[in-house]
Amino acid sequence: MKHVGLNVAADPLFAAAYTPVNGALIVISADDPGMASSQNEQDNRRYAVAAGLPMVEPSDSQEAYDFFLQAIALSETWRVPVLYRLTTRVCHSKTLVQRCPTPPSTARPGKYERNPFERSMIPAHARPAHRRLREKLKQIAALGESSVFNKIVTGVNDLGIITSGIAYQHVREAAPDASVLKLGLTHPLPVELIRGFASSVARCIVVEEGDPYLVEGARTAGVMVEDKLEQYRFGELNVARVRRILARDCSEEPKPAAGKPPALCPGCGHRTAFTALHNVNAIVAGDIGCYGLGVLPPFEAVDTSLCMGASFGVGLGLRHSLPPEDAKRVVGVIGDSTFMHSGLTGLAEMIYNPPSTGFVMVILDNRITAMTGFQEHPGTGRTLDHTHTNRIVIEDVVRAMGVKSVHVLDHTEDPKAFEELLRASMEKPELTVIVARRTCLLVTRLIKEWEECELQ
Amino acid sequence: MSVPKITNIVVAGLGGQGVLTTTDIVAEVAARAGLDVKKSEIHGMSQRGGSVSSDVRFGEHVFSPMVPDGEADFLVMLAADQVEVNATALSPTGVLIDVSQVDESKLSNRKSINVALLGALSQHLKFTDEEWIAAIKRNLPKTLHDTNVEAFLAGKNKVTAI
Repeated sequence: MKHVGLNVAADPLFAAAYTPVNGALIVISADDPGMASSQNEQDNRRYAVAAGLPMVEPSDSQEAYDFFLQAIALSETWRVPVLYRLTTRVCHSKTLVQRCPTPPSTARPGKYERNPFERSMIPAHARPAHRRLREKLKQIAALGESSVFNKIVTGVNDLGIITSGIAYQHVREAAPDASVLKLGLTHPLPVELIRGFASSVARCIVVEEGDPYLVEGARTAGVMVEDKLEQYRFGELNVARVRRILARDCSEEPKPAAGKPPALCPGCGHRTAFTALHNVNAIVAGDIGCYGLGVLPPFEAVDTSLCMGASFGVGLGLRHSLPPEDAKRVVGVIGDSTFMHSGLTGLAEMIYNPPSTGFVMVILDNRITAMTGFQEHPGTGRTLDHTHTNRIVIEDVVRAMGVKSVHVLDHTEDPKAFEELLRASMEKPELTVIVARRTCLLVTRLIKEWEECELQ
Repeated sequence: MSVPKITNIVVAGLGGQGVLTTTDIVAEVAARAGLDVKKSEIHGMSQRGGSVSSDVRFGEHVFSPMVPDGEADFLVMLAADQVEVNATALSPTGVLIDVSQVDESKLSNRKSINVALLGALSQHLKFTDEEWIAAIKRNLPKTLHDTNVEAFLAGKNKVTAI
């Protein structure tokens, strides 16, 4: 999952650290330094510390493969989940991989074994579980000092670099003569290894993407290491930036030329929706998907976007707090896939605590998860491999939960009528849900293929 | 220790033009010739027609998967209006390969311009036509093989008639 996906999964993650793993549990999460397509730049290495999980960081495709097999062994041995932390550039790069001739086999448990003392986290059980977790981490830390995940590249004595992940690759190119301590197991940190390495070189600097996580870890253990200048905390690192970090260059960095921004496809149904929302002068609480592009010209229709599901929460909050004349202009916009992922609890809130001016939610149902590459979701009636399954019908859910005013239409058939429906709904102090259904143009042909495939 | 010389190629254009397929083909050719290869790209919301660029690097040993700015030996441009955006990628001695080097009207499918540009690129690299054509076929569906092999040869020979 993406870094922000782990925010949603954080609640079970923390308790899962306490309960023993059968087999192996590897939580793969990729950070997005530079925010190629994300709303924030959080550093998920902090989750390993907060939840108390061992963390592994590969630096290229070969390590992503090798370390994964080793992470399975780590998880199996210690019966803990392992946080497998990637970044955009490790994911969006391809390097040659030698496969393991004998990958480990996976076996399902033979039968269910009841163990509520270790699996049911009531306080009486969770208290000893926390102590067990800390004891495991202490032992993993001791083993980490000589772990296969960490390695030293011996170079000159006057410059030593401590690094992890993709930054290691940039470091080797920017400073081919330096000594390098490359950390693959970055929680718990091998502090004695770091201490020994730092004392073996005249200058010891940490080169890491994002937060000063390794720096803080080393310094907390009493190892004095040099950090990167604050300006390199932001964005991705690359070879040029690593050269600048090593030179402590605080001059302004060259700005990349502005490329052509993404735009909604020609003929996309979302275009009609945002044109209408613009025309009715709505305050639009947006959400996460292609329709995030409704914030850009020519529409300039979206006012807020925060995280998945925020169209309900932010929209309702604005309805509750703004003066009535502005409040009635507030419209929430969410896509079908995001509605399934993070909209249902917001819908419950809308019905349970309705604003006095009412609320209008537009669910843009393009029948697929378009932005991320046409993944299925519970509203499409097909599983992730495109075979037939039960379909959750959005308007049925909305009606069943208690919304009286529900409209289902293809808003592109009569844009003026859609605009009028919006205008009329905004005037009424009641809850309205408009399901604007128009299949994504890019997926129409694929859906036909999937469904024909199913019939054969 | 010095870093052995590696070849740096940047391919750039707009979403939907086949930028990523182009670097996949180059990476495949280099890998099958026994070289170390890395490639990378950022394609966040690029499917929506935004700028896309992809780096591919090969040689004896490659560390970073990204071509440092100003160090590209070749800049392959699929969209004329994107040249300026990507111009800083090219090294002072680097070679720009762009759509002006191919007669688009002679391509049986305009979409194979990326492979035609690979034909032009191939004249600067030491791989054989057989290796290129094998890599093209491995990265494209069968129905597109003939058109793209034609496009490759047209780009390579700067032949205007197909």
